[in-house]
Amino acid sequence: MGKYIGESVLRKEDPRLVTGEAKYLEDIQLSGMVHAVVKRSDYAHAKIKNIDTSEAEKVPGVIGVWTGKDFEDVNPMPCAWQAGGVDNNANTPRVLEIDKVTFTGQGVAVVVAEDRNIAEDASSKIVVDYEELPTVVSAEEAIKPGAPQLHENAPNNICMEWECGNQEGTEKALGEADVVVKEQLVNQRLIPSSMEPRGAIADYQPATEEFTVWMTSQAPHVHRLLATAFVFGIPETKMRVIAAHVGGGFGCKIFLYPEYCLVAALARKIERPVKWMETRSENFASTTHGRDHVTQIEVGAKNDGTINSLKVTTVANLGGTLSTIAPGIPTTLYGRLLSGTYKFPNIYCGVKGVYTNTGMVDAYRGAGRPEATYVVERALDLVANKLGMDVLDVRRKNFIQTNQFPYLPADGITKGLTYDSGDYEKPLNKALQMFNYGNFREEQKRARDEGKYLGVGFSTYIEACGVAPSAWIGVGGEGWGAGLWESANIRVHLTGKVVVTTGSSPHGQGTETTMAQIAADELGIPYEDVEVKYNDTLGTPFGYGTYGSRSAAVGGAALFNAVQKVKQKAVRIGAHMLEASPDDVVFEDGKVSVKGSPDQAKTIQEIAGAAALGYSLPEGDEPFLDETAYFDPPNTTWPFGTHICVVEVEKDTGSVMVKKYLAVDDVGNVVNPMIVDGQIHGGIAQGVAQALWESGEYNESGQLVSGSMMDYAIPRTDCLPSFELDRTVTPSPTNPLGVKGVGETGTIASTPAVVNAVMDALSPFGVTHLDMPLTSQKIWNAIQS
Amino acid sequence: MYPAEFDYVKVSSLEEAISLKQQGDENSILAGGHSLIPAMKLRLSTPKKLIDISGLNQYKNISNNGSHISIGALCTHKQCAESDVIQQNCPALSDAASVIGDPHVRNKGTIGGALAHSDPQADYPGAILALNATMVVKGSSGGRTIAADDYFTGLWETALGEGELLTEIRIPVNPMNANSCYVKFPQPASRYPYVGCGVALSSSGGNCSDIRVGFSGVGEWAFRDAGIENALKGQALNSSSIAAAAEKAAEGKAVLSDHFVSEEYRRAMSKVFAKRAITKVS
Ligand SMILES: Cc1cc2nc3c(=O)[nH]c(=O)nc-3n(C[C@H](O)[C@H](O)[C@H](O)COP(=O)(O)OP(=O)(O)OC[C@H]3O[C@@H](n4cnc5c(N)ncnc54)[C@H](O)[C@@H]3O)c2cc1C
Repeated sequence: MGKYIGESVLRKEDPRLVTGEAKYLEDIQLSGMVHAVVKRSDYAHAKIKNIDTSEAEKVPGVIGVWTGKDFEDVNPMPCAWQAGGVDNNANTPRVLEIDKVTFTGQGVAVVVAEDRNIAEDASSKIVVDYEELPTVVSAEEAIKPGAPQLHENAPNNICMEWECGNQEGTEKALGEADVVVKEQLVNQRLIPSSMEPRGAIADYQPATEEFTVWMTSQAPHVHRLLATAFVFGIPETKMRVIAAHVGGGFGCKIFLYPEYCLVAALARKIERPVKWMETRSENFASTTHGRDHVTQIEVGAKNDGTINSLKVTTVANLGGTLSTIAPGIPTTLYGRLLSGTYKFPNIYCGVKGVYTNTGMVDAYRGAGRPEATYVVERALDLVANKLGMDVLDVRRKNFIQTNQFPYLPADGITKGLTYDSGDYEKPLNKALQMFNYGNFREEQKRARDEGKYLGVGFSTYIEACGVAPSAWIGVGGEGWGAGLWESANIRVHLTGKVVVTTGSSPHGQGTETTMAQIAADELGIPYEDVEVKYNDTLGTPFGYGTYGSRSAAVGGAALFNAVQKVKQKAVRIGAHMLEASPDDVVFEDGKVSVKGSPDQAKTIQEIAGAAALGYSLPEGDEPFLDETAYFDPPNTTWPFGTHICVVEVEKDTGSVMVKKYLAVDDVGNVVNPMIVDGQIHGGIAQGVAQALWESGEYNESGQLVSGSMMDYAIPRTDCLPSFELDRTVTPSPTNPLGVKGVGETGTIASTPAVVNAVMDALSPFGVTHLDMPLTSQKIWNAIQS
Repeated sequence: MYPAEFDYVKVSSLEEAISLKQQGDENSILAGGHSLIPAMKLRLSTPKKLIDISGLNQYKNISNNGSHISIGALCTHKQCAESDVIQQNCPALSDAASVIGDPHVRNKGTIGGALAHSDPQADYPGAILALNATMVVKGSSGGRTIAADDYFTGLWETALGEGELLTEIRIPVNPMNANSCYVKFPQPASRYPYVGCGVALSSSGGNCSDIRVGFSGVGEWAFRDAGIENALKGQALNSSSIAAAAEKAAEGKAVLSDHFVSEEYRRAMSKVFAKRAITKVS
């Protein structure tokens, strides 16, 4: 280990973030820029009969009003994931809908005006004549006979039916089990709620037919590719995409949205820069949502607690149209995780992806893996309850053992991917050193006698980060329409100062810092000498962006490899400068020195200078230290750990208080402990929020009733205790850094720990399962009955 | 925010505000702005002119006049929460003020604005009813006072006349008001109350000699709960009498249900919080 990796180095990005100097999309002003406001449908399912824009056009300051018919030459958004091996009946949004809308909040017209207020005023004067159609908002209802049909190419509203594992074998094993537990588990819809909503600005140069588009993006290169090759049908070289500072994404900014392409189309039409920035209300209605599964589970177990079978059938609500990777979330990222940390011998998962008259559902922090972890960790508790066993005994009984790695889960559910490394007892044992389980059970008993209801919940989870390799995840594999490698470039300038560019696209995670730590350590230079640049297709190598906890495990590894290339060249040039053979020198602590004579050395700065000048180079070497690496991991990484949650349920009101939250995570090697802890903190908060508070809800006519911060309960600091964190370190063999990834761990692990804790608290009332969010009313009702 | 177009005047006297308000219903008084501006942002409210009274410093004082506590309509929630005078003489009001929204809201929002706005979910009304407060209002034809019991008249409705401004809230100084409290069960997203219960109680020799109970957030508008009051008046104060009285909460009243909670649950919680509030002052 070097000087920086493993240290809580302060974040490079913080000075500009905490002083408010960082420029977000809304801060960008271009000369001559005009403002777009999208008129959105008030109905969840309706034919668009006519749109009267005449009054809006008359408002002074309005430049133009357009409807979907004006953009018939612009293709619909692409769906970039065809769930592997099955037909996906894809229906995707257009920049503006032309004939019909399938959820409230879809764009049907746009006003462009000299200022935003004028555009808002004019937008309210557009009159849309709709023919209302019957609506369906629940995926289970949508697949029933007689349900309203949303799309001609999707009979019974089914987008796709996908499965993994072995149905026959699993059913047979269920038949042979001593006990079978059946339950319906609802994983409710969530609304990502990033601090910054979405926005985009487009500028168009008619002479060269080139676009520059700023967008709130987690993946600028991918957005450019999709917008050019699929939506506009132009070479991708004709568009530059820049993500300004991005105020959080949690997944919802991975996707290519209609509005991003709409501003580009408008800029081309009117030859002026066009800005669009959504309001919080639009964000609730029109940005993608997450989760929304209804799942039936059947778990078979032997009397000793050994689980012999898990059968899972899920109906996944995908919304009115498909977002960019919607079909991949409830399939690959869900079904393939259903073995958890356990050696289940028989597994089957069948999934139906369904259209309904609701907002689009796609990846949200964790994306499929929280849903899977919820199923597995709830299943373990339900089995323990049924058998009257301790929840930890059942977990230990079924853990994959350390000598089983690399472990291949049963029934091909991971389609050949093995768990890279693990030791599942280790974080559990460490957590139990921090939390005295025996004492707690006694305290719980005493408290119950006093009318206080305490509960403890565990989640001994697994997750998957940096999903790869490309051929596995891609076309012909799992169905993602591209690759999932990552890139990095490193240039050591004449002065020895370093610029790293990455295809990762950080938006708050601290990747600028961790990348600099990696480069500084590997080159043996001061951390301050490294600048990390990203989020601009011009000047960064093509890369897939930041999501799926991949930036360290894939992007960081690409950087590591790029630095190795620079080091190899530096060794050759340094040896040349020292008049030694490259075989006779070593690179250490930022210096190339002759083996055995450390005084005979050239610093990396001296070598960089010589390389940049190019006056005297080894034969065959080009000037400058400038190397790019593309890293396609051989496998996904598989972080794991133990989360413990203690709650108290107030009998009178049904309110839940989180009393204690403890997490021991194993995310492989840790580059920056402070950043890792920060990611876990935020993740836990979001995961607890799903368990207790958040819920995206539509009424029967498809109106979003949780469409504001008054109605959608995001977590606040005063709702949460101080988290107690620790970790174990099991390096991942899948990348040279040995890191596993941490961006989503907290969200994936925490939700079932909280629900398990509440169910434990409610056990005296005979309650074994309630669906999330565990609102006070729901719990009170359960206690009453 | 992108509200509909509006004009704005910052007035230097109450008279100016009253006369501007008289010029049209579409003109709106602006105090702390923490109910009006969110509504304008969503264009649920589209006033033609904002009459900003926030510079009228004479309505920002809290004082004890011997017989009553006088609270200027422009006192912020923070002032009301932190005032010694209020904490000592009518703690139900400081309790309510201290649990409104978050620090931003409490620093800007005013008691006058909250009571004029009369959101069915607002906190103050339950306390105001329990404290038997009096609203002092002024219009073009002069001033008048309105008793709390007559003030809340319907959903979003008060006894304030068109063109009338609320200038002061008066709370009687007496031992009963000094023995008061407000408890709240907040909705997790908005933190407005599912149930807010204000209680003022006087006792002698362990018996309840008088009690006033006001509920916020439970019905379409805030109400006094005679059922509870009658059940407890004259009774010995103990856990069973309090529990029995609390059981009467919201009896015969229409109780709200919404996206978050059912009528049944809100009713049940009214009982729980009435019991907690009464217990606290017994
Ligand atoms: C995020 C948030 C959370 C909140 N949470 C709570 C909560 O938990 N509990 C709660 O009770 N409230 C809550 N509120 C509302 C808050 O208390 C407001 O401050 C209050 O309702 C209005 O007071 P104001 O001074 O801000 O009035 P304004 O918004 O300025 O005005 C409100 C209305 O009253 C009228 N008005 C104002 N002053 C007078 C006057 N003196 N005479 C006549 N008419 C007048 C205005 O014309 C307007 O119609 C919250 C608000 C926000 C934004």
